[in-house]
Amino acid sequence: MNLVLTEEQDELRASVRRLLADRSPMSRVRQVIQTPECYDRTLWDRMAADLGLQGMAVPDTCGGAGFGQVEVSIVMEELGRALVPSPFLASAVLATNALLTLDDEDAKRELLPSIAAGRVIATLAVAEDRGSWDGSDVATTAALGGDGWRLHGAKTLVVDGLNADLLVVAAQAGGELAFFTVDGSAPGVSRTRRTGLDLTRQLASIEFSGAAARRLVCEDAAAALSRAVDLSWVALAAEQLGGLQKCLDMSVDYAKARAQFGRPIGSFQAVKHLCADMHVAMELGRSVLRYAAWAADEAPDQLPEAAGLARAYCSQAFFKVAADAIQVHGGIGFTWEHDAHLYYRRAKSSELLMGGPAQVREQLAGRLAV
Amino acid sequence: MAPEELPDFRARARVWLEVNAPRRSDDDRAGSGAARRWDLSSARAFQARLHAAGFAGIAWPTAYGGQGRTPADQRAFDEEARDFDLPGEFFTIGMGMCGPTLLDLGTEEQKLRYIRPLLSGEEVWCQLFSEPGAGSDVASLQTRAVSDGDGWVVSGQKVWTSVARFADLGALIARTDPDRPKHDGITMFVVDMHAPGVTVRPLRDMTGGATFNEVFFDGVRVPQANVIGDVNGGWSAAIRMLLHERVAIGGSTQPRRGATFTSLVDLARSRGRSRDPVIRQQLAELYVRQRAVHLLGTRLAQEARQGLSPGSRGSAAKLAAAELARFSAGVAAELVGGDAIAWDSSDPEAARWAGAVLSAPAAAIAGGSNEIQRNIIGERVLGLPKEPQVDRDVPFRELRVGTQTGPATS
Repeated sequence: MNLVLTEEQDELRASVRRLLADRSPMSRVRQVIQTPECYDRTLWDRMAADLGLQGMAVPDTCGGAGFGQVEVSIVMEELGRALVPSPFLASAVLATNALLTLDDEDAKRELLPSIAAGRVIATLAVAEDRGSWDGSDVATTAALGGDGWRLHGAKTLVVDGLNADLLVVAAQAGGELAFFTVDGSAPGVSRTRRTGLDLTRQLASIEFSGAAARRLVCEDAAAALSRAVDLSWVALAAEQLGGLQKCLDMSVDYAKARAQFGRPIGSFQAVKHLCADMHVAMELGRSVLRYAAWAADEAPDQLPEAAGLARAYCSQAFFKVAADAIQVHGGIGFTWEHDAHLYYRRAKSSELLMGGPAQVREQLAGRLAV
Repeated sequence: MAPEELPDFRARARVWLEVNAPRRSDDDRAGSGAARRWDLSSARAFQARLHAAGFAGIAWPTAYGGQGRTPADQRAFDEEARDFDLPGEFFTIGMGMCGPTLLDLGTEEQKLRYIRPLLSGEEVWCQLFSEPGAGSDVASLQTRAVSDGDGWVVSGQKVWTSVARFADLGALIARTDPDRPKHDGITMFVVDMHAPGVTVRPLRDMTGGATFNEVFFDGVRVPQANVIGDVNGGWSAAIRMLLHERVAIGGSTQPRRGATFTSLVDLARSRGRSRDPVIRQQLAELYVRQRAVHLLGTRLAQEARQGLSPGSRGSAAKLAAAELARFSAGVAAELVGGDAIAWDSSDPEAARWAGAVLSAPAAAIAGGSNEIQRNIIGERVLGLPKEPQVDRDVPFRELRVGTQTGPATS
């Protein structure tokens, strides 16, 4: 087991951090979230052109960099730290993981190069009205007619659903789970932007009324979905850890700078100990995340447990730290102008996005054969 | 002869352990087999064989009885030893704290005199720091060492001393100059635990057991040659020893005893509670917390191997482990219900879950309370300012200490 990053991986982190500091400071984030797209196309193109981030875990035979989930987790952590509104989770994580876990080599060679290059934004549509990412809860249906497959049904919580050029959709085809691709702007696809708790992430609901679809080859779609969700849990946990780290850093800086009763508030144990607990959450979260990312690349048999562990720990830890960060900041912390609420919103939204805490714990208990 | 390579050393250690050491059973992992297996004389005999075979003080200098190998060799041995039940409890204070501090600060004579018998199990060591009035604030200790010309006379009381009733020697810190501020008037000594005037009493804790002791010093003579480091320089020696302690504790993060996830899953099954959704939530949460604590320990160890010293970051692991102990005891109690509050006295395993409940509070206090760990994290890791200090530049004798109402010493 390796829980420490290599020098090359540290360099990747530094490069991503530099790019985001330069191109996506919080002032820019606040502008971008006012736009309907809720992401910065110029930054997206730079991420692809300068650093090849969108294809980090895509094999080089499919136009990617051929690295692994550890590298994806580094990118996600930095994106989370800087709270970058970006279709990276949708395209480079969710849709890419789904395509990579399926058995459709033609589709991979055809679709992944443009996704890896950032030219096409893809997303993954699984959850429906119950919000579940379990294949057995999928009710959307696919029917084969004379002119190919057609989809009927409704999806929710589709990340960057309006931005996506390409939708990867889970649906029931003759009683078995299957995956399809659909053109985001095809007739029979109706996309609605939802008002989000998280102002930095575009979430959509999508209705399919006979949209033309391409069925992807897959032996065991349920197993593929489960693995794709596990990999995405790890990446999302990395993003959550990045947000947690930023909330901790903001709180410590503020506790040093803000004086009351004649001394910095960070010298009072009530505040200092709150910051110490945030730090412990960061250390534990980082350890769990490093393990899960390592398992994703090196120990696939450990991935279901490791991904559940990372998902469960980082979700709750980020939200707790984001809430405590507001507490440390006091009055300024719950104003609109302060950034703390943007992280708090992101934290709660991410905690619930792919299965809430109770659901994740129950799934984890099952995986641990409790 | 060519130097032995690491894989060969590891293999030789494994073979030796297979032949000479009892295997840790699954029951030991959950229960407490080790405490019952070894007594002082069998532990000493084992340690002597371990030393003779070249597996004690693996990375310590050969001049003093060590093996002169590398820390990587020591880690390899420790990894192999995990599957075996070694009598560590008698020797960890000496090996983990007193020995390394002597190697750092001791005179040549001290190192030649003390290290070899420490490694061979001939002499057991304890550490004499805490006092009734000096817990979190150890530097406010009141045990006095008064010079009588060619040596020192020690009087006072220590508490929370592990292994003291088996110990031959102790590393003692005592006040040698109460007119200086508290940190500046302390000296560290080697003290003979068999000397006249030393009394050791087991200290019964809230579990009913007595892993700690109280140690009383009544005019105990200590030779000048037993001063470790400088006279009145004992505080920095103590800090050094505490750093070694943190490293020693940080190395043992694998949960072995008490209310572990595995033992509680078995318990839930045997009680027909494993389908209960509330219990499943708690077990999953226990798994998450226990794994997280363990993985942090592993990560800090891996970073240390690459030359990044954990330093004060070990406090996060210590704090998280203490909170885990309380949480897991709660899950255990919820699972066993009535049997955690009343059990058949003839059942040797029955008291185990009550034991988890009763031992959890100590985890949050012993070895530095949760509050002290949070201060360390806040001040030394995060760089937050200290509380205003009222005792820093005041002669020790003018300070108020512990729960007494008057000044520290008269």
